[in-house]
Amino acid sequence: MKYALLSDIHSNLHALDACLAHAQAQEAERILILGDLVSYGAFPAEVVARCQALQQAGAVVLRGNHESLVQTHNLHTTSPDTHASLGSQTAQWTHDQLSPAQRFWLDILPLTAHVDQMWLVHASADAPDRWRYVENERMASLSLDAACTHPDVRYVFGGHVHYQSLYYRGTGRQLMAFTPTPGVPIPTPKHRQWIATVGSVGQPRDGNPRAMYALFDSTAAKLTFHRVAYDHLAAARAVREADLPEFFAHRLEAGQ
Amino acid sequence: MKRLEAGTELDGFRIGDCLHAGGMAHIYQVTYADARPAPFAMVMKVPRMTAGDGAENIVGFEVEHQILQVLQGAHVPRFVAAGDLVYLPYLVMEHLPGQTLQQRLDTLTQERSHASVAELSRLGAAIARAAHSLHQQNTCHLDLKPANVLLHPDGHAVLLDFGLSCHAHYPDLLAEELRQAVGSPAWIAPEQVVGVRGDPRSDIFAIGVMLYELATGELPFGNPQTPGGMRQRLWMDPTPPRRLRADLPEWLQEVVLRCLAPEAAKRYPSAAHLAFDLEHPEQVKVSQRGKQVQGTPFFTHLKRWFKAAGMHYQPSPLPSQQIEEVPILMVAIPHQDVSDATLYSLRQAVARSLGIRPGARLAVVTVISPNQSSTSESANSETTLHRQYLTMLHQWAQPLDLAQHQTSFHVLEASDVANAIVRYAEGNHVSMIVMGAATHGLQLQRLVATVPIKVAMEAPCTVILVKQALPFSALTVTT
Repeated sequence: MKYALLSDIHSNLHALDACLAHAQAQEAERILILGDLVSYGAFPAEVVARCQALQQAGAVVLRGNHESLVQTHNLHTTSPDTHASLGSQTAQWTHDQLSPAQRFWLDILPLTAHVDQMWLVHASADAPDRWRYVENERMASLSLDAACTHPDVRYVFGGHVHYQSLYYRGTGRQLMAFTPTPGVPIPTPKHRQWIATVGSVGQPRDGNPRAMYALFDSTAAKLTFHRVAYDHLAAARAVREADLPEFFAHRLEAGQ
Repeated sequence: MKRLEAGTELDGFRIGDCLHAGGMAHIYQVTYADARPAPFAMVMKVPRMTAGDGAENIVGFEVEHQILQVLQGAHVPRFVAAGDLVYLPYLVMEHLPGQTLQQRLDTLTQERSHASVAELSRLGAAIARAAHSLHQQNTCHLDLKPANVLLHPDGHAVLLDFGLSCHAHYPDLLAEELRQAVGSPAWIAPEQVVGVRGDPRSDIFAIGVMLYELATGELPFGNPQTPGGMRQRLWMDPTPPRRLRADLPEWLQEVVLRCLAPEAAKRYPSAAHLAFDLEHPEQVKVSQRGKQVQGTPFFTHLKRWFKAAGMHYQPSPLPSQQIEEVPILMVAIPHQDVSDATLYSLRQAVARSLGIRPGARLAVVTVISPNQSSTSESANSETTLHRQYLTMLHQWAQPLDLAQHQTSFHVLEASDVANAIVRYAEGNHVSMIVMGAATHGLQLQRLVATVPIKVAMEAPCTVILVKQALPFSALTVTT
């Protein structure tokens, strides 16, 4: 079975569609969305509608921290020029773009899912609602150990950190970090335990504007990290046209 | 797993004779059990350990399975099939003819003789080419030793046993946070001793050890059994091979000792560079290192021993990227009907290309027609002509600043110039050819495909075609 793993879409419809098309061309059979559908980008309602349709068709959709952020947001938390307030502005705007039904749907999404031998979570499996960043071997180890208390779990896939990384056990006791090369299928046999962050579909921050997602082939036990070119200039233009902070438009153009 | 009986069937393969019973695995001849013809002879490698005996023992087998599947080319056995690692671990691969370098060494030992210089350079170059092909595929072998090198009857080398190898696109399953030495003690490179895996120059070190062994019958650093013994190679110079074998030429000692430099950066930057020197002995620049027959003094070793305590090795980037940064650049110089403007422009183009590539090496080549030389007239004899053209090439290169670049000069004899240039580039792993766009037969341009066009179409690498442009200021200085 081939699974497409997408996370951190952040209201970027152009990037989501490009990744879905790429995954389809790679013959992905099931879509797994690991949270943070909204915020930052110009198409929250459209992205949510797309994900709802995918869920109807059998996709797994998880809740990320931004799904909670757009629930309770109000405009009165501002101090206009800090980075945090930029986020607040888009959260408020996103809140207003979504219908109450869409917000409700986002609010009741599950935090984790167990599919095949995979444990899926937006951030860290050891405390899914605390949104810890799996950004080093130690955090990866906490998440992996928590998920592997379920006997048949071999793979933990998450997002939240906006880059692609794979952690594995070498011959030592601690986990080892590995930076994947895009497009190369990596053998990830079932007799080992693996934890990966699949990167961000809608808001890459590593200086490369291409969208990120991963494909996992559970039969062949191979994991492929992909980078997908999409019309990021159009996505940035849409951010400007929606009068969202310039910072988020530029971030899509530069990929950082 | 216990030894399999001949005639048994395993996962669609019929087991034949056991060819090798090593410490880690058995190797059997196999055929397809349904008697369907195989495209080539096959062997099956079955590890002695199974997953139940402890997972660590089988990691090397897992690594070999991953890497053998994706390697290509004549320098590795072709992959056929593999069993499930947990239930039925085995690998089926191509069975290649030939003897291993170890068998060749054993024969030499029995005969109480050493490999001739010609054999040394031939085998060394063949192994270096095989290693280069692996490095180009982002893989470092990391366990090169005579038992893992197969000498194919047609002259090329095949590398075996990828159990300790490292592929830059895959997580290194043998890495661990404590960084221990993984490798065979006699051939392991200093950086591997301190746990750094994945540098292609580690393979160059191992080739150096094998050449030393082949030349002298001895191991440069012995066969240490302790971590401290293995660390010796971080600071110790081996006994100069010429001290053990007086008839060894200086150039060969220079090459072998350069491979064995403790710091990876002081070895050949790529295996292609090593193959080049082994195939062009007359072009090797011999330094004190090549000439010496005395061992390194005690105090020098003592100083280095202190330095080695703090020696730091950097993990390297992708091997293919690393070796691409030290290309072999070739420039084809026309030797007749050539204007100063063309020669000047070629020089400018080479200077620019070399300038951005520290460590690149330059081969300056000209092709002369075989009927130019004559056996009867001494003025036109082959050696006289060659010397003339070599002088011309040296003169051409004079204004270039070549201090940072190994440079060699070659006169090729061939009637088909384009073909000679392309063959040379292929044979020497040249990464880039620089040549004049309008040289070598411009007057025929409209009638036949000219030399530059033929080279550009058939070359195995990038070709830069240089248009002539001579500034007026240069006209006065060019003679």
